[in-house]
Amino acid sequence: MDGLAMGGYGAYVWSCFGLTLLIIVFSEWRARIRHKRVYRDIEVRLKALEERE
Amino acid sequence: MWTWFHKLASPPHFYRTAALLSPWFAVPGLALIAWGTWQGLFVVPMDYQQGDAFRIIYVHVPSAYLSLMAYMIMATGGAIGLIWRMKLSHAVAAAAAPIGAAFTFLALATGSIWGRPMWGTWWEWGDPRMMSELILLFLYFGYMALRAAIDDTAKADKASAVLAIVGVVNVVIVHFSVEWWSSLHQGQTVFKRGTMDADMKTALLIMILGFTLLFGSMLLRRIRTEVLYRERRTRWVRDMILSPKGGG
Repeated sequence: MDGLAMGGYGAYVWSCFGLTLLIIVFSEWRARIRHKRVYRDIEVRLKALEERE
Repeated sequence: MWTWFHKLASPPHFYRTAALLSPWFAVPGLALIAWGTWQGLFVVPMDYQQGDAFRIIYVHVPSAYLSLMAYMIMATGGAIGLIWRMKLSHAVAAAAAPIGAAFTFLALATGSIWGRPMWGTWWEWGDPRMMSELILLFLYFGYMALRAAIDDTAKADKASAVLAIVGVVNVVIVHFSVEWWSSLHQGQTVFKRGTMDADMKTALLIMILGFTLLFGSMLLRRIRTEVLYRERRTRWVRDMILSPKGGG
């Protein structure tokens, strides 16, 4: 428990590490979503074009 | 060497190479961050003045360093795109912006949280390091807003590249602010001798390396998306997506 308390600075230290993890995970999640969306949009457009041809 | 660069700058080649390279940055990066975090939180001794609060340095410094590095990549990508009209470099610049903004926000937020117990305040409006880093965040927002506001990709590339290049002045100000002006923020410590205990510094350097590798992986994946979007009407994208294997 002493390790978690960080000499009374636990709230500050853990919130910084937690925030870092959160921002990195959120950024990666957003990047993946965008990649999937771009890929799917192109796929839908190409398939529609192919059907028309 | 030039042939290799030329080949890498080709969008289809880059798209495939980036997919292969990305995990080679991500896995060692995450491993180093895990090790550095363990060392920084539980192994290295606490600071004699700041106590355990100093451990925030292990996320604050790598974030601040990446906030500047991402901006330099963005500005260099923009400059190369303007001068040599290399398509891929604009994609690199556009991909670096959101990651740079995320790390700038982290540097500001962790710095603010660290400042509360050490300086007795969350924020100091007159501090040159804090203010120049905040301006850096606004430059990232401005860059992304400008890109989003212009529909024509070529025009958006040119306008945003000019903004990114002009903003380099602020990167210099962020870096030297603690030396040029009186600041609450401490001076340079990481690359100066005798400013930190060797164990503390080793863990910090490991964290910086781990964050840099992770940043490399994040950047490669975002560049892939940019390339895919920009090349959406080309034959190689059509062949890749309509092939039975797909391209991911």
